[in-house]
Amino acid sequence: MPGQSVGVVAAQHAHFNQPLNLRSGGVLPAYDLVYETYGTLNAAKSNAILVCHALSGHHHVAGHYADDPDNIGWWDNIIGPGRPLDTDKFFIVGLNNLGGCHGSTGPSSPNPTTGKLWGADFPMVAVVDWVHAQARLADLLGIDTWAAVMGGSLGGMQALRWSVTYPERVRNAIVIAAAPKLSAQNIAFNDVARQAILTDPDFHGGHYYEHNTRPARGLRLARMLGHITYLSDDQMGEKFGRELRNDKFSFGFGVEFEVESYLRYQGDKFAGYFDANTYLLMTKALDYFDPSREDNGDLVATMARSKANFLIASFTTDWRFTPARSKEMVAALLANGRNVSYAEIDLNFGHDSFLMEDAHYHGVVDAYLRNIKL
Amino acid sequence: MTHTLGRPDFDLIAAWIAPGDRVLDLGCGDGTLLRHLIDNRGAYGVGVEIDDANILAAIKNRINVIQGNLERGLSEFADQAFDHVVLSRTLQTVRHTEGILREMLRIGREAVVSFPNFAYHKNLRAVLDGRMPVSEDLPFQWYDSPNVRFFTLLDFEDLCDKMGLIIRERHVLDEDGNIVTVNDKKELNFLGSLAVYRLSQSR
Repeated sequence: MPGQSVGVVAAQHAHFNQPLNLRSGGVLPAYDLVYETYGTLNAAKSNAILVCHALSGHHHVAGHYADDPDNIGWWDNIIGPGRPLDTDKFFIVGLNNLGGCHGSTGPSSPNPTTGKLWGADFPMVAVVDWVHAQARLADLLGIDTWAAVMGGSLGGMQALRWSVTYPERVRNAIVIAAAPKLSAQNIAFNDVARQAILTDPDFHGGHYYEHNTRPARGLRLARMLGHITYLSDDQMGEKFGRELRNDKFSFGFGVEFEVESYLRYQGDKFAGYFDANTYLLMTKALDYFDPSREDNGDLVATMARSKANFLIASFTTDWRFTPARSKEMVAALLANGRNVSYAEIDLNFGHDSFLMEDAHYHGVVDAYLRNIKL
Repeated sequence: MTHTLGRPDFDLIAAWIAPGDRVLDLGCGDGTLLRHLIDNRGAYGVGVEIDDANILAAIKNRINVIQGNLERGLSEFADQAFDHVVLSRTLQTVRHTEGILREMLRIGREAVVSFPNFAYHKNLRAVLDGRMPVSEDLPFQWYDSPNVRFFTLLDFEDLCDKMGLIIRERHVLDEDGNIVTVNDKKELNFLGSLAVYRLSQSR
Protein backbone atom coordinates (compact mmCIF):
# COMPACT_ATOMS: atom_id res chain seq x y z
CA MET A 1 0.00 0.00 0.00
CA PRO A 2 1.48 3.35 -0.98
CA GLY A 3 1.29 6.30 1.37
CA GLN A 4 3.30 7.73 4.19
CA SER A 5 3.39 7.76 7.95
CA VAL A 6 1.84 10.71 9.73
CA GLY A 7 5.34 11.45 11.06
CA VAL A 8 5.87 13.21 14.39
CA VAL A 9 2.87 13.17 16.73
CA ALA A 10 2.24 14.24 20.31
CA ALA A 11 -0.08 12.94 22.99
CA GLN A 12 -2.70 15.25 24.50
CA HIS A 13 -4.56 15.09 27.80
CA ALA A 14 -8.14 15.93 28.64
CA HIS A 15 -9.57 16.15 32.14
CA PHE A 16 -13.24 15.41 32.78
CA ASN A 17 -14.94 16.64 35.97
CA GLN A 18 -18.40 15.31 35.25
CA PRO A 19 -18.81 11.98 37.13
CA LEU A 20 -19.16 8.89 34.95
CA ASN A 21 -21.69 6.30 36.07
CA LEU A 22 -20.35 2.88 35.23
CA ARG A 23 -22.05 -0.29 34.03
CA SER A 24 -20.85 -2.05 37.20
CA GLY A 25 -22.70 0.46 39.38
CA GLY A 26 -19.54 2.28 40.35
CA VAL A 27 -18.88 5.95 39.70
CA LEU A 28 -15.72 7.65 38.51
CA PRO A 29 -15.97 11.16 40.00
CA ALA A 30 -13.41 12.58 37.58
CA TYR A 31 -10.94 11.16 35.11
CA ASP A 32 -8.29 11.92 32.53
CA LEU A 33 -8.08 10.61 29.00
CA VAL A 34 -4.89 10.67 26.96
CA TYR A 35 -5.37 10.83 23.22
CA GLU A 36 -3.73 11.62 19.89
CA THR A 37 -5.13 13.10 16.69
CA TYR A 38 -3.86 12.94 13.13
CA GLY A 39 -5.00 15.08 10.21
CA THR A 40 -7.26 18.11 10.44
CA LEU A 41 -10.87 18.34 11.54
CA ASN A 42 -12.74 20.01 8.68
CA ALA A 43 -15.01 23.02 9.14
CA ALA A 44 -18.16 20.88 9.02
CA LYS A 45 -16.55 18.52 11.57
CA SER A 46 -17.72 15.65 9.41
CA ASN A 47 -14.42 13.89 8.74
CA ALA A 48 -13.56 12.40 12.13
CA ILE A 49 -12.72 8.72 12.60
CA LEU A 50 -12.38 7.19 16.05
CA VAL A 51 -9.92 4.29 16.22
CA CYS A 52 -10.54 2.12 19.29
CA HIS A 53 -7.82 -0.03 20.75
CA ALA A 54 -7.84 -3.70 21.67
CA LEU A 55 -6.75 -5.45 24.87
CA SER A 56 -3.28 -4.01 25.27
CA GLY A 57 -3.45 -1.01 22.95
CA HIS A 58 -3.43 2.70 23.68
CA HIS A 59 -3.67 6.19 22.25
CA HIS A 60 -0.44 6.05 20.26
CA VAL A 61 -2.02 4.62 17.10
CA ALA A 62 0.18 6.13 14.41
CA GLY A 63 3.35 8.13 13.83
CA HIS A 64 6.25 8.51 16.25
CA TYR A 65 7.40 10.93 18.93
CA ALA A 66 10.03 13.58 18.21
CA ASP A 67 12.11 12.42 21.17
CA ASP A 68 11.43 8.71 20.62
CA PRO A 69 11.53 7.94 16.87
CA ASP A 70 11.46 4.16 17.42
CA ASN A 71 8.16 4.33 19.30
CA ILE A 72 5.85 3.83 16.33
CA GLY A 73 2.05 3.70 16.76
CA TRP A 74 0.44 0.26 16.92
CA TRP A 75 -1.61 0.72 13.72
CA ASP A 76 0.78 3.00 11.87
CA ASN A 77 0.59 0.94 8.66
CA ILE A 78 -3.04 1.90 7.98
CA ILE A 79 -2.95 5.62 8.90
CA GLY A 80 -1.32 8.51 7.05
CA PRO A 81 -1.42 10.49 3.82
CA GLY A 82 -2.41 8.10 1.01
CA ARG A 83 -3.07 5.22 3.41
CA PRO A 84 -6.56 3.75 4.00
CA LEU A 85 -7.20 6.09 6.94
CA ASP A 86 -6.02 8.96 4.82
CA THR A 87 -5.06 11.93 6.96
CA ASP A 88 -5.41 14.18 3.89
CA LYS A 89 -9.14 13.44 4.08
CA PHE A 90 -9.88 12.31 7.63
CA PHE A 91 -9.25 13.51 11.16
CA ILE A 92 -8.24 10.46 13.17
CA VAL A 93 -8.67 10.21 16.95
CA GLY A 94 -7.10 7.50 19.11
CA LEU A 95 -7.28 7.34 22.89
CA ASN A 96 -6.28 5.20 25.82
CA ASN A 97 -9.40 3.77 27.41
CA LEU A 98 -10.41 4.16 31.05
CA GLY A 99 -8.70 1.55 33.16
CA GLY A 100 -5.68 1.68 30.89
CA CYS A 101 -2.07 2.07 31.91
CA HIS A 102 -0.79 4.49 29.29
CA GLY A 103 -1.94 7.82 30.72
CA SER A 104 -5.72 7.61 31.01
CA THR A 105 -7.17 7.13 34.48
CA GLY A 106 -6.81 3.54 35.60
CA PRO A 107 -5.74 1.30 38.47
CA SER A 108 -2.23 2.75 38.46
CA SER A 109 -3.56 6.34 38.78
CA PRO A 110 -4.04 8.12 42.13
CA ASN A 111 -7.40 7.64 43.82
CA PRO A 112 -8.44 11.19 44.82
CA THR A 113 -10.34 9.97 47.91
CA THR A 114 -7.41 8.07 49.43
CA GLY A 115 -4.42 9.79 47.87
CA LYS A 116 -3.00 6.35 47.11
CA LEU A 117 -3.00 4.58 43.75
CA TRP A 118 -6.36 2.99 42.90
CA GLY A 119 -5.08 -0.57 42.53
CA ALA A 120 -7.81 -3.15 43.04
CA ASP A 121 -10.24 -0.43 44.15
CA PHE A 122 -10.52 0.90 40.61
CA PRO A 123 -14.08 0.19 39.52
CA MET A 124 -14.78 -2.44 36.90
CA VAL A 125 -15.20 -0.78 33.50
CA ALA A 126 -17.28 -2.16 30.63
CA VAL A 127 -17.11 -1.49 26.90
CA VAL A 128 -20.19 0.72 27.17
CA ASP A 129 -18.37 2.87 29.78
CA TRP A 130 -15.50 3.37 27.35
CA VAL A 131 -17.98 4.40 24.69
CA HIS A 132 -19.57 6.96 27.03
CA ALA A 133 -16.11 8.33 27.90
CA GLN A 134 -15.20 8.44 24.20
CA ALA A 135 -18.44 10.36 23.54
CA ARG A 136 -17.35 12.98 26.04
CA LEU A 137 -14.00 13.25 24.31
CA ALA A 138 -15.90 13.69 21.03
CA ASP A 139 -17.93 16.49 22.68
CA LEU A 140 -14.71 18.15 23.80
CA LEU A 141 -13.29 17.97 20.27
CA GLY A 142 -16.54 19.35 18.82
CA ILE A 143 -17.38 16.13 16.98
CA ASP A 144 -21.14 15.48 16.91
CA THR A 145 -21.00 12.59 14.50
CA TRP A 146 -18.13 10.28 13.61
CA ALA A 147 -17.62 9.60 9.92
CA ALA A 148 -16.54 6.20 11.22
CA VAL A 149 -15.79 4.37 14.43
CA MET A 150 -13.35 1.59 13.83
CA GLY A 151 -11.37 -1.08 15.60
CA GLY A 152 -10.00 -4.60 15.59
CA SER A 153 -10.83 -7.26 18.18
CA LEU A 154 -11.96 -5.52 21.40
CA GLY A 155 -11.66 -2.28 19.38
CA GLY A 156 -14.24 -3.61 16.91
CA MET A 157 -16.54 -4.38 19.81
CA GLN A 158 -16.39 -0.71 20.82
CA ALA A 159 -17.38 0.26 17.26
CA LEU A 160 -20.34 -2.14 17.47
CA ARG A 161 -21.29 -0.73 20.89
CA TRP A 162 -21.08 2.84 19.59
CA SER A 163 -23.51 2.02 16.80
CA VAL A 164 -26.23 0.86 19.21
CA THR A 165 -25.54 3.25 22.12
CA TYR A 166 -25.13 6.43 20.03
CA PRO A 167 -26.81 5.54 16.73
CA GLU A 168 -27.10 9.19 15.70
CA ARG A 169 -23.39 9.79 16.20
CA VAL A 170 -21.92 7.02 14.02
CA ARG A 171 -22.24 7.10 10.22
CA ASN A 172 -20.05 4.06 9.62
CA ALA A 173 -18.79 1.27 11.86
CA ILE A 174 -15.77 -0.76 10.81
CA VAL A 175 -15.61 -3.93 12.87
CA ILE A 176 -12.57 -6.12 12.25
CA ALA A 177 -11.71 -9.52 13.75
CA ALA A 178 -14.37 -9.14 16.43
CA ALA A 179 -17.40 -10.98 17.79
CA PRO A 180 -20.77 -9.86 19.16
CA LYS A 181 -19.88 -11.55 22.46
CA LEU A 182 -17.29 -13.98 23.76
CA SER A 183 -17.70 -17.74 23.59
CA ALA A 184 -17.16 -20.01 26.59
CA GLN A 185 -13.74 -20.89 25.17
CA ASN A 186 -12.83 -17.19 24.85
CA ILE A 187 -13.83 -16.58 28.48
CA ALA A 188 -11.95 -19.70 29.58
CA PHE A 189 -8.70 -18.44 28.08
CA ASN A 190 -9.22 -15.07 29.74
CA ASP A 191 -9.85 -16.71 33.09
CA VAL A 192 -6.63 -18.74 32.94
CA ALA A 193 -4.80 -15.51 32.15
CA ARG A 194 -6.43 -13.80 35.13
CA GLN A 195 -5.72 -16.72 37.42
CA ALA A 196 -2.04 -16.47 36.51
CA ILE A 197 -2.07 -12.86 37.76
CA LEU A 198 -4.41 -13.32 40.74
CA THR A 199 -2.37 -16.23 42.14
CA ASP A 200 0.99 -14.49 41.74
CA PRO A 201 2.33 -13.96 45.32
CA ASP A 202 3.34 -10.45 44.26
CA PHE A 203 -0.26 -9.52 43.38
CA HIS A 204 -1.20 -8.52 46.97
CA GLY A 205 -4.90 -8.36 46.17
CA GLY A 206 -4.21 -5.80 43.47
CA HIS A 207 -2.42 -3.36 45.80
CA TYR A 208 1.06 -4.39 44.71
CA TYR A 209 2.07 -0.78 44.08
CA GLU A 210 2.09 -0.23 47.88
CA HIS A 211 4.45 -3.16 48.22
CA ASN A 212 6.78 -1.76 45.59
CA THR A 213 6.42 -4.87 43.53
CA ARG A 214 4.36 -6.15 40.60
CA PRO A 215 2.99 -9.58 39.66
CA ALA A 216 5.33 -9.88 36.71
CA ARG A 217 5.35 -13.69 36.72
CA GLY A 218 1.58 -13.88 36.45
CA LEU A 219 1.35 -11.14 33.87
CA ARG A 220 4.07 -12.85 31.83
CA LEU A 221 2.15 -16.14 31.84
CA ALA A 222 -1.10 -14.34 30.97
CA ARG A 223 0.57 -12.73 27.96
CA MET A 224 2.19 -15.97 26.84
CA LEU A 225 -1.19 -17.70 26.89
CA GLY A 226 -2.91 -14.77 25.18
CA HIS A 227 -0.21 -14.61 22.55
CA ILE A 228 -0.81 -18.23 21.53
CA THR A 229 -4.45 -17.38 20.88
CA TYR A 230 -3.48 -14.43 18.67
CA LEU A 231 -1.44 -16.56 16.27
CA SER A 232 -2.48 -19.35 13.92
CA ASP A 233 -1.19 -22.89 14.13
CA ASP A 234 0.04 -22.66 10.53
CA GLN A 235 1.92 -19.46 11.21
CA MET A 236 3.57 -20.86 14.34
CA GLY A 237 4.50 -23.94 12.34
CA GLU A 238 6.05 -21.84 9.60
CA LYS A 239 7.78 -19.45 11.96
CA PHE A 240 9.09 -21.89 14.56
CA GLY A 241 8.17 -25.44 13.64
CA ARG A 242 10.02 -27.71 16.04
CA GLU A 243 13.25 -25.76 15.65
CA LEU A 244 15.59 -26.14 18.59
CA ARG A 245 17.88 -23.42 19.81
CA ASN A 246 20.84 -25.79 20.17
CA ASP A 247 20.07 -28.48 17.59
CA LYS A 248 19.69 -31.25 20.16
CA PHE A 249 17.46 -32.11 23.12
CA SER A 250 18.83 -31.07 26.50
CA PHE A 251 16.26 -33.10 28.48
CA GLY A 252 15.58 -30.22 30.84
CA PHE A 253 13.04 -27.44 31.41
CA GLY A 254 15.08 -24.55 30.03
CA VAL A 255 14.39 -22.87 26.73
CA GLU A 256 14.82 -25.53 24.04
CA PHE A 257 12.30 -24.97 21.26
CA GLU A 258 12.36 -21.70 19.39
CA VAL A 259 8.65 -21.23 20.10
CA GLU A 260 9.40 -21.31 23.83
CA SER A 261 12.08 -18.70 23.41
CA TYR A 262 9.71 -16.48 21.43
CA LEU A 263 6.81 -16.77 23.89
CA ARG A 264 9.00 -16.16 26.93
CA TYR A 265 10.52 -13.11 25.25
CA GLN A 266 7.04 -11.76 24.42
CA GLY A 267 5.87 -12.47 27.98
CA ASP A 268 8.87 -10.78 29.57
CA LYS A 269 8.62 -7.75 27.32
CA PHE A 270 4.92 -7.30 28.07
CA ALA A 271 5.30 -7.85 31.81
CA GLY A 272 7.96 -5.14 31.77
CA TYR A 273 5.63 -2.33 30.75
CA PHE A 274 1.99 -3.36 31.15
CA ASP A 275 -0.04 -3.09 34.35
CA ALA A 276 -1.52 -6.32 35.69
CA ASN A 277 -4.65 -4.62 37.09
CA THR A 278 -5.32 -3.12 33.67
CA TYR A 279 -4.93 -6.56 32.10
CA LEU A 280 -7.50 -7.95 34.54
CA LEU A 281 -9.95 -5.12 33.78
CA MET A 282 -9.57 -5.38 30.02
CA THR A 283 -10.17 -9.13 29.99
CA LYS A 284 -13.26 -8.69 32.15
CA ALA A 285 -14.55 -5.99 29.79
CA LEU A 286 -14.17 -8.54 27.00
CA ASP A 287 -15.99 -11.24 28.97
CA TYR A 288 -18.89 -8.96 29.89
CA PHE A 289 -19.29 -7.56 26.37
CA ASP A 290 -22.66 -8.57 24.97
CA PRO A 291 -24.86 -5.71 23.71
CA SER A 292 -27.63 -8.24 22.97
CA ARG A 293 -28.02 -8.88 26.70
CA GLU A 294 -30.31 -5.84 26.77
CA ASP A 295 -32.54 -7.70 24.29
CA ASN A 296 -32.53 -11.12 25.94
CA GLY A 297 -29.77 -12.29 23.62
CA ASP A 298 -31.55 -11.22 20.42
CA LEU A 299 -28.77 -9.56 18.42
CA VAL A 300 -31.21 -8.75 15.61
CA ALA A 301 -33.23 -6.61 18.03
CA THR A 302 -30.02 -4.98 19.28
CA MET A 303 -28.78 -4.10 15.83
CA ALA A 304 -32.18 -2.63 15.00
CA ARG A 305 -31.09 0.33 17.13
CA SER A 306 -28.02 1.00 14.98
CA LYS A 307 -28.23 3.33 12.02
CA ALA A 308 -24.66 3.10 10.78
CA ASN A 309 -23.40 1.48 7.63
CA PHE A 310 -21.05 -1.38 8.44
CA LEU A 311 -17.89 -2.86 7.07
CA ILE A 312 -17.15 -6.13 8.83
CA ALA A 313 -13.97 -8.09 8.18
CA SER A 314 -12.64 -11.36 9.54
CA PHE A 315 -9.58 -13.48 8.88
CA THR A 316 -9.60 -17.08 7.71
CA THR A 317 -6.98 -18.19 10.25
CA ASP A 318 -8.41 -16.32 13.25
CA TRP A 319 -9.55 -19.02 15.69
CA ARG A 320 -10.05 -16.59 18.57
CA PHE A 321 -12.85 -14.68 16.81
CA THR A 322 -13.57 -16.85 13.78
CA PRO A 323 -15.24 -15.67 10.56
CA ALA A 324 -18.42 -17.36 11.83
CA ARG A 325 -18.50 -14.88 14.75
CA SER A 326 -18.31 -11.94 12.33
CA LYS A 327 -21.08 -13.49 10.27
CA GLU A 328 -23.36 -13.41 13.33
CA MET A 329 -23.10 -9.61 13.22
CA VAL A 330 -23.55 -9.61 9.43
CA ALA A 331 -26.70 -11.71 9.74
CA ALA A 332 -28.16 -9.44 12.44
CA LEU A 333 -27.54 -6.37 10.27
CA LEU A 334 -28.97 -8.01 7.15
CA ALA A 335 -32.07 -9.03 9.09
CA ASN A 336 -32.58 -5.31 9.76
CA GLY A 337 -32.02 -4.33 6.14
CA ARG A 338 -28.90 -2.35 7.03
CA ASN A 339 -26.07 -1.52 4.68
CA VAL A 340 -23.27 -3.97 5.42
CA SER A 341 -20.32 -5.38 3.55
CA TYR A 342 -18.33 -8.34 4.76
CA ALA A 343 -14.87 -9.43 3.71
CA GLU A 344 -13.32 -12.72 4.81
CA ILE A 345 -9.65 -12.09 4.36
CA ASP A 346 -7.25 -14.92 3.67
CA LEU A 347 -4.29 -14.05 5.88
CA ASN A 348 -2.07 -16.43 7.78
CA PHE A 349 -1.49 -14.47 10.98
CA GLY A 350 -4.47 -15.63 13.04
CA HIS A 351 -6.21 -13.03 15.18
CA ASP A 352 -3.21 -10.70 14.84
CA SER A 353 -3.90 -10.47 11.09
CA PHE A 354 -5.89 -7.30 11.72
CA LEU A 355 -2.66 -5.46 12.53
CA MET A 356 -0.82 -6.69 9.44
CA GLU A 357 -0.19 -4.81 6.25
CA ASP A 358 -1.79 -6.69 3.38
CA ALA A 359 -2.69 -5.23 -0.01
CA HIS A 360 -6.15 -6.84 -0.22
CA TYR A 361 -7.11 -6.21 3.42
CA HIS A 362 -6.00 -2.60 3.33
CA GLY A 363 -7.49 -2.24 -0.15
CA VAL A 364 -10.92 -3.21 1.21
CA VAL A 365 -10.70 -0.70 4.08
CA ASP A 366 -9.36 1.93 1.70
CA ALA A 367 -12.15 1.40 -0.84
CA TYR A 368 -14.81 1.55 1.87
CA LEU A 369 -13.45 4.73 3.44
CA ARG A 370 -12.94 6.50 0.10
CA ASN A 371 -16.67 6.16 -0.58
CA ILE A 372 -17.60 8.02 2.60
CA LYS A 373 -18.96 11.42 1.63
CA LEU A 374 -17.98 14.19 4.00
CA MET B 1 -28.81 -4.12 -30.37
CA THR B 2 -27.31 -2.31 -27.39
CA HIS B 3 -28.15 -3.21 -23.85
CA THR B 4 -27.67 -1.59 -20.49
CA LEU B 5 -24.22 -2.46 -19.19
CA GLY B 6 -23.69 -4.78 -22.18
CA ARG B 7 -25.66 -7.57 -20.49
CA PRO B 8 -28.99 -8.27 -22.20
CA ASP B 9 -30.25 -10.35 -19.26
CA PHE B 10 -29.75 -7.36 -16.94
CA ASP B 11 -32.43 -5.36 -18.77
CA LEU B 12 -34.89 -8.22 -18.45
CA ILE B 13 -34.11 -8.73 -14.77
CA ALA B 14 -34.42 -4.99 -14.07
CA ALA B 15 -37.89 -4.99 -15.61
CA TRP B 16 -39.02 -7.50 -12.96
CA ILE B 17 -37.84 -5.37 -10.03
CA ALA B 18 -40.39 -2.95 -8.59
CA PRO B 19 -39.23 0.34 -7.04
CA GLY B 20 -37.90 -0.19 -3.53
CA ASP B 21 -37.70 -3.97 -3.85
CA ARG B 22 -35.11 -5.88 -1.85
CA VAL B 23 -32.74 -7.73 -4.14
CA LEU B 24 -30.09 -10.31 -3.29
CA ASP B 25 -27.64 -11.02 -6.13
CA LEU B 26 -25.79 -14.31 -5.70
CA GLY B 27 -22.44 -14.21 -7.45
CA CYS B 28 -22.76 -10.45 -7.89
CA GLY B 29 -19.31 -9.92 -9.43
CA ASP B 30 -18.33 -6.28 -9.21
CA GLY B 31 -21.93 -5.33 -8.37
CA THR B 32 -22.83 -3.89 -11.79
CA LEU B 33 -26.37 -5.30 -11.79
CA LEU B 34 -27.08 -4.20 -8.22
CA ARG B 35 -25.68 -0.72 -8.90
CA HIS B 36 -28.06 -0.52 -11.86
CA LEU B 37 -31.04 -1.67 -9.77
CA ILE B 38 -30.19 0.69 -6.92
CA ASP B 39 -29.74 3.68 -9.23
CA ASN B 40 -32.69 2.99 -11.52
CA ARG B 41 -35.16 1.09 -9.35
CA GLY B 42 -34.35 2.44 -5.90
CA ALA B 43 -33.75 -1.11 -4.80
CA TYR B 44 -32.09 -2.19 -1.55
CA GLY B 45 -29.38 -4.49 -2.78
CA VAL B 46 -27.03 -7.04 -1.30
CA GLY B 47 -24.57 -9.19 -3.22
CA VAL B 48 -22.76 -12.40 -2.38
CA GLU B 49 -19.33 -12.98 -3.88
CA ILE B 50 -16.54 -15.46 -3.29
CA ASP B 51 -13.74 -13.74 -5.19
CA ASP B 52 -11.45 -11.24 -3.43
CA ALA B 53 -11.02 -8.98 -6.49
CA ASN B 54 -14.80 -8.81 -6.95
CA ILE B 55 -15.33 -8.05 -3.24
CA LEU B 56 -12.97 -5.11 -3.60
CA ALA B 57 -14.60 -3.98 -6.86
CA ALA B 58 -18.11 -4.23 -5.36
CA ILE B 59 -17.10 -2.18 -2.31
CA LYS B 60 -15.60 0.42 -4.67
CA ASN B 61 -18.96 0.30 -6.48
CA ARG B 62 -20.73 1.16 -3.16
CA ILE B 63 -22.50 -2.20 -3.07
CA ASN B 64 -23.40 -4.16 0.07
CA VAL B 65 -21.38 -7.28 -0.60
CA ILE B 66 -21.00 -10.34 1.61
CA GLN B 67 -18.07 -12.63 0.99
CA GLY B 68 -19.18 -16.23 0.95
CA ASN B 69 -19.40 -19.51 -0.91
CA LEU B 70 -22.80 -20.31 -2.41
CA GLU B 71 -22.00 -24.02 -2.15
CA ARG B 72 -21.82 -23.74 1.65
CA GLY B 73 -25.32 -22.38 2.12
CA LEU B 74 -26.59 -18.91 2.89
CA SER B 75 -27.47 -19.21 6.55
CA GLU B 76 -26.74 -15.53 7.23
CA PHE B 77 -29.88 -14.66 5.26
CA ALA B 78 -33.25 -15.02 6.98
CA ASP B 79 -36.32 -16.68 5.44
CA GLN B 80 -38.13 -14.45 2.96
CA ALA B 81 -35.79 -11.51 3.67
CA PHE B 82 -35.73 -10.43 0.01
CA ASP B 83 -38.24 -9.85 -2.75
CA HIS B 84 -35.92 -11.22 -5.43
CA VAL B 85 -32.91 -13.48 -5.25
CA VAL B 86 -30.91 -13.32 -8.46
CA LEU B 87 -28.53 -15.95 -9.79
CA SER B 88 -27.22 -14.56 -13.04
CA ARG B 89 -25.17 -16.90 -15.27
CA THR B 90 -24.01 -18.79 -12.21
CA LEU B 91 -26.29 -21.84 -11.82
CA GLN B 92 -24.10 -23.81 -14.23
CA THR B 93 -21.08 -23.23 -11.95
CA VAL B 94 -22.80 -24.54 -8.81
CA ARG B 95 -22.58 -28.22 -7.90
CA HIS B 96 -25.57 -28.31 -5.52
CA THR B 97 -28.15 -27.23 -8.06
CA GLU B 98 -31.29 -28.19 -6.16
CA GLY B 99 -29.84 -26.90 -2.87
CA ILE B 100 -29.14 -23.44 -4.25
CA LEU B 101 -32.57 -23.18 -5.91
CA ARG B 102 -34.24 -24.13 -2.60
CA GLU B 103 -32.09 -21.61 -0.70
CA MET B 104 -33.04 -18.88 -3.17
CA LEU B 105 -36.74 -19.44 -2.61
CA ARG B 106 -36.27 -19.78 1.15
CA ILE B 107 -34.63 -16.33 1.24
CA GLY B 108 -36.64 -14.66 -1.49
CA ARG B 109 -40.22 -14.38 -2.61
CA GLU B 110 -39.02 -14.89 -6.17
CA ALA B 111 -35.92 -16.35 -7.77
CA VAL B 112 -34.43 -14.95 -10.95
CA VAL B 113 -32.15 -17.39 -12.72
CA SER B 114 -30.28 -16.92 -15.98
CA PHE B 115 -28.03 -19.53 -17.57
CA PRO B 116 -26.44 -20.43 -20.90
CA ASN B 117 -28.47 -22.96 -22.86
CA PHE B 118 -26.28 -25.82 -23.99
CA ALA B 119 -28.83 -26.86 -26.62
CA TYR B 120 -28.40 -23.60 -28.56
CA HIS B 121 -27.95 -24.61 -32.18
CA LYS B 122 -24.43 -23.17 -32.48
CA ASN B 123 -23.40 -25.13 -29.40
CA LEU B 124 -24.89 -28.31 -30.86
CA ARG B 125 -23.13 -27.58 -34.13
CA ALA B 126 -19.81 -27.20 -32.33
CA VAL B 127 -20.27 -30.56 -30.66
CA LEU B 128 -21.25 -32.16 -33.98
CA ASP B 129 -18.04 -30.71 -35.38
CA GLY B 130 -16.20 -32.44 -32.57
CA ARG B 131 -15.54 -29.38 -30.42
CA MET B 132 -16.86 -28.15 -27.10
CA PRO B 133 -18.89 -24.98 -27.67
CA VAL B 134 -17.34 -21.55 -27.14
CA SER B 135 -19.72 -18.64 -27.64
CA GLU B 136 -20.85 -15.25 -26.35
CA ASP B 137 -22.67 -16.95 -23.48
CA LEU B 138 -20.16 -19.80 -23.05
CA PRO B 139 -16.97 -17.79 -23.29
CA PHE B 140 -14.59 -20.39 -21.84
CA GLN B 141 -12.35 -23.10 -23.16
CA TRP B 142 -13.11 -26.58 -21.79
CA TYR B 143 -9.95 -26.47 -19.65
CA ASP B 144 -10.59 -23.13 -17.93
CA SER B 145 -14.37 -23.19 -17.67
CA PRO B 146 -15.93 -22.56 -14.24
CA ASN B 147 -19.00 -24.46 -15.45
CA VAL B 148 -19.64 -27.79 -13.76
CA ARG B 149 -23.26 -28.45 -14.84
CA PHE B 150 -24.21 -28.71 -18.51
CA PHE B 151 -27.94 -28.45 -19.11
CA THR B 152 -30.54 -27.08 -21.47
CA LEU B 153 -33.67 -25.03 -21.17
CA LEU B 154 -35.77 -28.19 -21.33
CA ASP B 155 -33.66 -29.90 -18.69
CA PHE B 156 -34.07 -26.91 -16.38
CA GLU B 157 -37.82 -26.83 -16.79
CA ASP B 158 -37.99 -30.52 -15.93
CA LEU B 159 -36.09 -29.82 -12.72
CA CYS B 160 -38.43 -26.95 -11.84
CA ASP B 161 -41.34 -29.29 -12.38
CA LYS B 162 -39.78 -31.97 -10.20
CA MET B 163 -39.06 -29.44 -7.44
CA GLY B 164 -42.52 -27.91 -7.61
CA LEU B 165 -41.21 -24.50 -8.70
CA ILE B 166 -43.54 -22.25 -10.64
CA ILE B 167 -42.16 -20.60 -13.77
CA ARG B 168 -43.77 -17.17 -13.69
CA GLU B 169 -41.93 -15.74 -16.68
CA ARG B 170 -39.31 -16.86 -19.15
CA HIS B 171 -37.22 -14.95 -21.65
CA VAL B 172 -34.93 -16.61 -24.15
CA LEU B 173 -32.22 -14.68 -25.93
CA ASP B 174 -30.10 -15.44 -28.95
CA GLU B 175 -26.36 -14.86 -29.02
CA ASP B 176 -26.85 -11.20 -29.96
CA GLY B 177 -29.13 -10.60 -26.98
CA ASN B 178 -32.33 -10.43 -29.01
CA ILE B 179 -35.43 -12.04 -27.54
CA VAL B 180 -36.42 -15.23 -29.33
CA THR B 181 -40.16 -15.23 -29.93
CA VAL B 182 -41.31 -18.69 -30.88
CA ASN B 183 -43.90 -20.69 -29.03
CA ASP B 184 -42.67 -24.22 -29.61
CA LYS B 185 -40.48 -25.17 -26.66
CA LYS B 186 -38.21 -27.44 -28.66
CA GLU B 187 -37.63 -24.65 -31.16
CA LEU B 188 -36.97 -22.22 -28.32
CA ASN B 189 -34.44 -24.64 -26.90
CA PHE B 190 -32.73 -24.74 -30.31
CA LEU B 191 -32.68 -20.99 -30.92
CA GLY B 192 -31.91 -19.70 -27.40
CA SER B 193 -28.36 -19.02 -26.23
CA LEU B 194 -29.31 -17.59 -22.84
CA ALA B 195 -32.42 -18.26 -20.75
CA VAL B 196 -33.79 -16.00 -18.00
CA TYR B 197 -36.43 -17.34 -15.60
CA ARG B 198 -38.59 -15.82 -12.93
CA LEU B 199 -39.54 -18.50 -10.43
CA SER B 200 -41.61 -18.81 -7.31
CA GLN B 201 -42.54 -21.64 -5.01
CA SER B 202 -45.96 -23.15 -4.82
CA ARG B 203 -47.31 -22.46 -1.34
